[in-house]
Amino acid sequence: MKGAALAVRIFAGLAVGLVTAFLVLPVVALLLRVSPRGLLAELADPEVREALRLSLATSFAATALVVLLGLPLAWLLASARFPGKRILEVLVALPMVLPPTVAGLALLLAFGRAGLLGGAFSALGISIPFTTAAVVLAQMFVALPFFVGAAAAGIRGVSPLFGEVAATLGAPRWYAFLKVIVPLGLPGLVAGAAMGWARALGEFGATIIFAGNLAGVTRTMPLAVYVRFETDLESAVALSVTLLAVSFGVLLAVRTGPFGAPSDAVRAGR
Amino acid sequence: MFPIRRSPGLCVLLLALAAGCRPEAPRPGERSLTVFAAASLAEPFGEMATAFERSGGGIPVRLNVAGSQQLAAQIVRGAVADVFAAADRDAMKFTADRGRVLEPAVLARNRLVVVAAARPDVDAVLVSLLNLATPGLKLVLAAPEVPAGRYARQALRNLSRAPGYGAEYADRVLENVVSDEVDVRAVLTKVKLGEADAGIVYASDVAGDGAAAQLAGVRVIEIPEAYDVEAEYVIAQLRSVDDSAAAAAFIGFALGPAGQAILERHGFLRRRTTP
Repeated sequence: MKGAALAVRIFAGLAVGLVTAFLVLPVVALLLRVSPRGLLAELADPEVREALRLSLATSFAATALVVLLGLPLAWLLASARFPGKRILEVLVALPMVLPPTVAGLALLLAFGRAGLLGGAFSALGISIPFTTAAVVLAQMFVALPFFVGAAAAGIRGVSPLFGEVAATLGAPRWYAFLKVIVPLGLPGLVAGAAMGWARALGEFGATIIFAGNLAGVTRTMPLAVYVRFETDLESAVALSVTLLAVSFGVLLAVRTGPFGAPSDAVRAGR
Repeated sequence: MFPIRRSPGLCVLLLALAAGCRPEAPRPGERSLTVFAAASLAEPFGEMATAFERSGGGIPVRLNVAGSQQLAAQIVRGAVADVFAAADRDAMKFTADRGRVLEPAVLARNRLVVVAAARPDVDAVLVSLLNLATPGLKLVLAAPEVPAGRYARQALRNLSRAPGYGAEYADRVLENVVSDEVDVRAVLTKVKLGEADAGIVYASDVAGDGAAAQLAGVRVIEIPEAYDVEAEYVIAQLRSVDDSAAAAAFIGFALGPAGQAILERHGFLRRRTTP
């Protein structure tokens, strides 16, 4: 028995080391290929600044919309019982397993000029493909499942008793949700929003198919990295490192912020 | 003792990983050829691969099709391939300058055409090449790094010298570009879907075998020969390949009568045999 326990410990130790190295090595490889001077030179390039600005603007816009529009859905999935709920859950999770290129094609066939809703959009004088709005839509499509999933889990983790107590005190359901459930489930919501944002920032396949690739309009950082990989590897690496630094900064801020990782504290009953 | 009972699964996993890491041992009789080909060569090279396998020593050909500039970048960064067929000399030169390919040979020629979405609103606006400069037209081109994109921009500059077009024609047309696509086939697809109003592609993309299917949803506008660009495709063997004879045989097949006939059937122009 003791030997078996030791074997498990050795395996666990090896696995932790291997997996950590596996995740960290590619990042180290990127960092080793770039000099601070080269990085600064890239950041002075107006095209790079444009791509970075576009990436930040679209990913934050997409995240804001995902939180605003996804929260009611997360609430529904977390607290209501209705027929077909399992099917709805799977449908909501579907974009997570779709290859991004498939997502891009699907978006084009639905919201493109010649797509399902193309006629309706044309009547309104709107054409979505090849616009910054298309970039945001593509990002929302892939980010929504991450937010809704994490937010629903966060809301489910809050005891329904809190809501009931608020109701007995005369609070309407929506008020109890916003004032009681949301604050208590905030860690889950923030984690979900951060995950959705990270996914939106990295979105590539759906963007290039649905929104196209034009500097200043639809060429976000991942597209700029792809374009430059073919012509200028040093520049592609510098752009990747910039994107990495931004993502690391935002995710770290979320983790260490006031709503960071108090999931342990909640579980400990604090 | 349950960790022990679990361990067979673990063993299988580790064995599978180990097997995956084993270097490929050369197995006689299991030769195969990896050919990197420009996106516009997809159909003729697919056909050529089958014909070569039947005719020669039965060596199966694996095709990797993408924008030439992308294939060149992959080759330079160490992708394993035997033959590279590019849509322009620049992509080939990129690999040759870094010592990755042997002396290239001219494979075929191609021309450019404008494709317009077959939609009433586009039909009304886009009648002649002059209309490409109409403000608000949604034009897609291959990116400037892609051979087809470079050729397309060259053709627009040529047209700027044509009578009645005006020196600023090319710039006005380029103002209408809504997307720089990563290869020429993506340009055709966006026009076929009706998402873009027009694009510039190779004549072979909309001609030859299967042209009816390729043409569904698009209308072709020819570019006068005097201003068109002649795309020149080149093919070369990679340096230090496993099976140099097989790679040379495939290139010989592509340049020979059978290969050239296939290319011609797909709308390519024969290479000039005189140097």
